[in-house]
Amino acid sequence: MNFDYTEEQQMVRDSIARFVQDDYDWDTRRAIVDSDEGMSRQNWQTFAELGWLSIPFSEADGGFGGSIVDMSVVMEEMGKGLVVEPFFPTVVLFGGVVARAGDEAQRAEILESVIGGETLGAFAYVERQSRFAINDCKMTATANGDGYTLNGEKVVVFNGENADKLAVLARTSGGQFDEDGLSLFLVDANAEGVSKVCYPMMDAQRVANITFDNVQLGAGALLGPEGGALPVVNDVVSEALIALASEAVGIMGTLNAKTLEYTKTREQFGVAIGSFQALQHRMVDTMMAYEQAKSLLFKALCEYKIDRASAEATIHALKVLIDRNGKLIYGEAIQMHGGMGITDELDIGHYAKRLMMINATLGDGTFHRSKFIESTYAAA
Amino acid sequence: MDIALSAEDLAFRDEVRNFLDTEFDAEMQAHLKSRGSKGMVEWQQKLYAKGWVAPNWPVEHGGTGWTATQKYIWESERSLRGIPDVVPFGLVMVANVIMAFGTDEQKEYFLPRILKSEDWWCQGYSEPGSGSDLASLKTKAERDGDDYIINGAKIWTTYAQHADWIFCLVRTDNSGKKQEGITFILVDMKSEGIKVNPIIGIDNEHNLNEVEFNSVRVPAKNVVGEVGKGWTVAKALLAHERTGIAGVADIKRNMRLLKEAAASEVNGGQRLMDDPGFQQRMADIEVELMALEFTELRTLAAMAAGGFPGPESSLLKIKGTELQQATQELRMEIAAYYQGVLPTDMDPEVLGHEFGSEARRAFMYGRAATIYGGSNEVQKNIISKYVLGLE
Repeated sequence: MNFDYTEEQQMVRDSIARFVQDDYDWDTRRAIVDSDEGMSRQNWQTFAELGWLSIPFSEADGGFGGSIVDMSVVMEEMGKGLVVEPFFPTVVLFGGVVARAGDEAQRAEILESVIGGETLGAFAYVERQSRFAINDCKMTATANGDGYTLNGEKVVVFNGENADKLAVLARTSGGQFDEDGLSLFLVDANAEGVSKVCYPMMDAQRVANITFDNVQLGAGALLGPEGGALPVVNDVVSEALIALASEAVGIMGTLNAKTLEYTKTREQFGVAIGSFQALQHRMVDTMMAYEQAKSLLFKALCEYKIDRASAEATIHALKVLIDRNGKLIYGEAIQMHGGMGITDELDIGHYAKRLMMINATLGDGTFHRSKFIESTYAAA
Repeated sequence: MDIALSAEDLAFRDEVRNFLDTEFDAEMQAHLKSRGSKGMVEWQQKLYAKGWVAPNWPVEHGGTGWTATQKYIWESERSLRGIPDVVPFGLVMVANVIMAFGTDEQKEYFLPRILKSEDWWCQGYSEPGSGSDLASLKTKAERDGDDYIINGAKIWTTYAQHADWIFCLVRTDNSGKKQEGITFILVDMKSEGIKVNPIIGIDNEHNLNEVEFNSVRVPAKNVVGEVGKGWTVAKALLAHERTGIAGVADIKRNMRLLKEAAASEVNGGQRLMDDPGFQQRMADIEVELMALEFTELRTLAAMAAGGFPGPESSLLKIKGTELQQATQELRMEIAAYYQGVLPTDMDPEVLGHEFGSEARRAFMYGRAATIYGGSNEVQKNIISKYVLGLE
């Protein structure tokens, strides 16, 4: 038994931490968030040069061939720095779909440019009515000669504003809720018939509602088997949930550290507020909440490395705990910072908002608690 | 033990319902949304015209003379319709201080203006270094002839950008205990040397401010109560601030909105309202809310019998704000991905969602409720000290 990170993983961790410390201070980040694109292309190139964008992809695809643990390390550090550049939508979601579903030609075409930092991607899977049920898909792809015609709309597409390429989930057969009949397509964001409405989210993500109006696709746009996309999507989602949990753990640790520091320095009634036992016990609660989340993340990582299916229940449990403990931690962080905690100026609220969006992504705690019950007790 | 309303109270309730349904019409609602503070003044002046703008004032000063039960009915009916309460700084806070401690001249000048919403008031209590430990405040007022010269800064000042007047706690004496030497004073916001610096909140809105005082000259006749007795004045006001704060009717309205939203939200074809996991979340809040309503009624009954809201009223603030935040949080969850939408003015048809951004704004703003008016930690200190006798 060993829960240590390898030397290589430690190096990646250090290199991201150094980037955050040297090149991503709070004012710099704020300027990036307020800029036209809401991200820094220059930073993105740095990520490519330092090899971070290659981490999950196989060596055959030109990647680093990293494991889920490598990915987790990157996401945790990005969480600590509250990095807004679209690593999660481009590398984890879009890259994950292409790497898993794409054939050799598609992988060669797309992944190399993702790894090189030339292509930004997005995975379009949410619809107005779908909430967290990914199989709830109204968007259609109709066979048309050798290719397909896409019609429909996807909403809250992460990185939808800046993405060059989209992986789009559409229905090639079956009814709205059928698990069969879903297919994935690679679509150029500038293709004729694609239009979008962009808006920012509270966690500084730039998202878009994207409408597909008779978008004509060639046969080469189909990613993976026609009608059989859901298993691939579920795999990507599992990995994405671990990635998000890792980011959340990074954020939770940072919020606790900042709040602890504040309670040691903020004086009221002539003493540091951290000297009050009532607050001390609450700081202990948030510390325990963080450690418990981290432990469950380790369990998910260990299981996932062996076998994806065996990690399923743990991944649901992890999302439940991240939701619950995340709320405790950001709630206490804001509360203990008092008036300062409710300003836009202080970073605390921004960490909180990212945690909230993580909770709302790919199923919240209530959703995954039901999934956990299904996958754990239904078999008993 | 009897909860039934008397025939008089039922008739009063009908009158209130009729008034609100008639006067809080679509036009008024639109004004409140689009005209900000001016819309609010318009609504308060409508209430003034009806004679209902100051339920907590005695009749002699233009109040309603309502019984505690009538005030409760008014509050419930208003909240259930989503009608905002009057801005409290003038009509509730400073007015009560002036009535209790003010000179005849102060009463004659300020009270009618407050009643007619001619002046917009804000509150100058907290300072950058003085939050929960309010008595440590440092903003200094030095006597100079018939005036005081004020230097210092106040923070978290809600609506200072609209304000004509600010009521402040200032330090006039440094020699004794920190609670001594504090004075309650009224300052014209147009005075030379006042600077208002906006603070953007966690909800991305501008409601809060820092107010700087750079040698601001204020007539000594603007002191309310005795010089050096401002702490006593402030404590009376804080007790007042705590009584109305449970907001049971507001939370009930939030619950109704939650149920409506959960009934139209679907997941995999199943209504969220039918999801046992979600039902349990709703039930957890509702059970506490049912209890809080009767805790509030118990306090109300004590007041109706001539009692004064004591330290027990702290309980209402703690539980009320916790439940308020719980309903705001659940509304966010119903919105799922849309809870993060930042723009407040997007067309729901284009966005694909009705209330995500509003839920976010309310949730984020709501985080302040457990901090202002004496944080919930301070409330617990008050209960443990004065109710439980723990020192």
